[in-house]
Formats: sequence, structure tokens, C-alpha cells
Amino acid sequence: MRGITRRVALVVMLASVMVPTIARAQDATPVAAGEVILATTTSTADSGLLDALAPLFLAETGLTLKPIAVGSGAALEMGEKGEADVLLVHSPAAEEEFMANGFGTDRKTVMYNDFVIVGPEDDPAKIADAPDAAAAMAAIAAAGSPFVSRGDDSGTHNLEKKLWKAASITPDGAWYVESGSGMADTLRIANEQQAYTISDRGTWLAQGDAIDLPILFEGGKALQNIYHVILLNPENGERINSEAGAAFMAFLLEPETQQVIAEFGVEEFGQPLFTPCAEDSCFAPATPEATPAA
Amino acid sequence: MSEIVQGIGEAWQLLISGDPEVWSIAWLSLRVSLSATLIALLIGVPIGTVIALHEHPGKTAVVGAVHAGMALPPVVAGLVVSILLWRSGPLGQWGLLYTPSAMVIAQAVIATPIVTGLTYAAVSGLDPRYRLQLAALGASGPATAWALLREAHVALIAAVVAGFGAVISEVGAAMMVGGNIKGQTRVLTTATVLEVNRGHFATAIALSTILLILVYAVTLGLTIVQRRR
Repeated sequence: MRGITRRVALVVMLASVMVPTIARAQDATPVAAGEVILATTTSTADSGLLDALAPLFLAETGLTLKPIAVGSGAALEMGEKGEADVLLVHSPAAEEEFMANGFGTDRKTVMYNDFVIVGPEDDPAKIADAPDAAAAMAAIAAAGSPFVSRGDDSGTHNLEKKLWKAASITPDGAWYVESGSGMADTLRIANEQQAYTISDRGTWLAQGDAIDLPILFEGGKALQNIYHVILLNPENGERINSEAGAAFMAFLLEPETQQVIAEFGVEEFGQPLFTPCAEDSCFAPATPEATPAA
Repeated sequence: MSEIVQGIGEAWQLLISGDPEVWSIAWLSLRVSLSATLIALLIGVPIGTVIALHEHPGKTAVVGAVHAGMALPPVVAGLVVSILLWRSGPLGQWGLLYTPSAMVIAQAVIATPIVTGLTYAAVSGLDPRYRLQLAALGASGPATAWALLREAHVALIAAVVAGFGAVISEVGAAMMVGGNIKGQTRVLTTATVLEVNRGHFATAIALSTILLILVYAVTLGLTIVQRRR
């Protein structure tokens, strides 16, 4: 019988671990009350910004932030289906279509950073001399130099497609590789193959010494990476918590949060990862437009 | 290469310094995976036993389905559970998505076929004469099953180890239904992916090392139970 005693003891041990998990889950069941589901992009989550903002948001509003990091395409899809309360995305053309279709009730600029074109040190396609981003892409295609695309309908992928379109090129051939992965993975694949790719600056900075792909082209309006917060239309899903979503939107735009965004990343990377820009404040007419790198 | 050495050093430091975040992540990993394994046991052992003890024409197809379930990709389990738990899904009113409970459900879906299949194998592998003997002694159905399971306990503990190992190490479903939310649903595997994406390779190795230590501790406990009768 000792065997049975021991087995019973094991089950009791397992149950003592399991019961609190289930009990805790039940505590959290009131769906909308204390939390806000934010569908967002991998770049905001991977940078650690949302982990930094969540406790501030909780302290200020008593709401628990649940950031779900997917590509911008998937985040907009979640918004359409009412699977989130608020979005933080960076895919302007897709966002405008989303708003035009009535899926969102409000959309505001939060912050921006920029995309950079990185590639092998010796720059075989000579993109550093290109006059603009589309010309840089055209040079890569003309040289047939390897290029790694996200290929995942993310904000970065959409920007890349826009640049190909501007250069009147349909990327195709052995030189054009689709990773189907997030930004960090795509950078590492490009690094292994010593290929060109487009990255948001934050993710590129975060890779540090792990990759050997310098920035070869930067600057210009075409490479601006603007993040918008979108409040969802409660008509698209009965469980959308618009109140909590609006609280998060207000939180992102208030001066204290904008200051946190401005300082985020300085400690680790020696430079900020995002420039705050509540409601387009940074795009005032006086702001000189960034010029392409020479 | 230096990242691995540095990472193991960092793991050691995180463990002795008692970093509260790492401990809570490790504790959540353990809680979620043990809960899922227990559910898989409660479902898989009876089903596996029943399949093993009953002969019928469709048996091969049933066992084949269980075996196919053992190869269910975690990301598929995660996707199906997500769709069921979506706000717009059939179980949306429970509000379980992006909670540890959702992770337990998805992992139980992954572990149950594994436990079922290995229980079937364990019970089928017993000497048939033992069963005949039990029948001759007039043992009832449940009593027979219980005696057979006791006889097969070494293989059954192996089923528990396989189920637990499959779920504590998976990342696809945990990421999809949990969302890797800091302080709520971040477990060792999803935290490792995040640290890799952040370029913190040594921290990722540290978390992996802690995961391996945890897995060793649990499987060692199960092995002790397995080896003593």
C-alpha cells in the first residue's frame, strides 16, 4: 500500500499547485473591469517600452495593461474583430483604410522613430550614395544583392512594399528572401547571409554587437516610422472596453508619459528609441524635414 | 560562444540573488505546466486504459488518431484554443484569453494525447496472462484497470514525464494564448524568446538554464517515485 500512499501524496502535491492557479483565474474573470487589451507591434514590445509603461498606467488608472505583441497587420485584424480595446500600430496606409471602414473611432499620433536600411559593410549595391530610399531599393534590385524581407504584412513589411512600388520594382528572384519572421529574427537572418534589410532603428540598436550590418541608408520622409494609437469602435464587438481604451489613449498622450517615451532607451543604448509626438506636436510646420544621408 | 558561459553565470547570479521577477516567471511556468499535466493525466489515463482494454473494429483508427494527436504542433493547439477563447468566440464570455488559465487549457490539449497514447502503450504492453488472472479472481472492471495501472506504473510515470516535458518546453501556444504579458503570463520559454528578440543573448541563456534546472528537479522527483514502488 505504500505505493498508493506515495501516489496520493503526489496527486495532492500537484493539486496544491494547480488549485491556486485556477482560483486566481476565477478572480480575474470579470472580463472588462480592470484591464485593457492593447494589440500592438513587435517593435514596441521587443523594445521593452510597454513593460516600462504598464506599471505607470496601472498606478495612474488602476487598469492592468495587457499588451499583445503581433505585427501591425495582425493588430489591425484583432481590432476589426473586437479582440482588443485599443491599438498602437505603425502602418499608416492600412490604418487609414481601417478608419475609413469605421473600425476605429479615434486615431492619434503618439511617437515616431525611423526605419533604416542596413546591409553588408562593403555595400555591394552602393546604396549609401542613393538620393532617396526608393532609389536605394532600386540599387539593391539592380545589383541583385541579397535582400531579406519580413514578408509578414507587418508595418515594416508594408513600408518595404511601398518603397518597391515607388521604385516601380516587383521584387522577385533568388536575391529576394522572405523570412516570415519578426524584426529581430529577420536582422539575424540578414546578418548570416550578409544581405540588406529594412529595420526600425530601435530593433536594430537592440541587436548591438550581435549583428554586423551597419546602417547604409537613413533619413528622409519615406523612412519615417510613425506610431498611432487607435480607439476601437464598440460596434465591432460587444466586449470592447472603450472606456479602458480611451484611458490608455489619454495616458499615452499626456506630457508625463511623453517624457518617459522621450527618455526610454537612453540608459541602455545611449540614445532614445522613440521621439514623442502627441497629436502631431512634433510635425509643426517649423520642423525641418529630415534630409537623406549623403 | 561567450554568451553561453556568460549566460550560465548570469543564471547562477539570478538564482542566488533571488531576483523576484525571475522567480515569479519560473513559478508561473511550473504552475501552468504542472496544472496542465495533471489535467492531461485525469483525462488521458482513463481514456488510454479504456482504449487498451477494449477490442473493437475501429480500434486501429482510434489509436492512430491518438498517435497523431501526440504530434499536434503546439502552435495549432494554441491557435484553436485562441479562436475558442476569443471575445467573439464561443467561450468569449469567460474572458480567459491572455490569462494563465488559457495557457493551462492549451497545454492540457497538447499533453492529453501524449499521456493517452503512452498510457495505451503501457497497459497494452502488460502480460495478457495477468489480466486473465485478474478476471479469474473475479475482479470488477475498475478493479482490473486499477491493478493493471499499478502494474504499469513505471511506464505511466514515463507518460507523466513526457507530458510535462512537452508543455513546459513549448513556446508557440504559451505565446499565442498567454501573450507573454509581464507579471501575468510571461513564462520561461516566452521570456527567453523576448530576450533573444531584444538581443540579450546571455539573459536568454540564463533563463534557459533555469528552465533546465526546473525540469531536472521535477523529473528527478518523478523518477524517484518511479523507481520506488
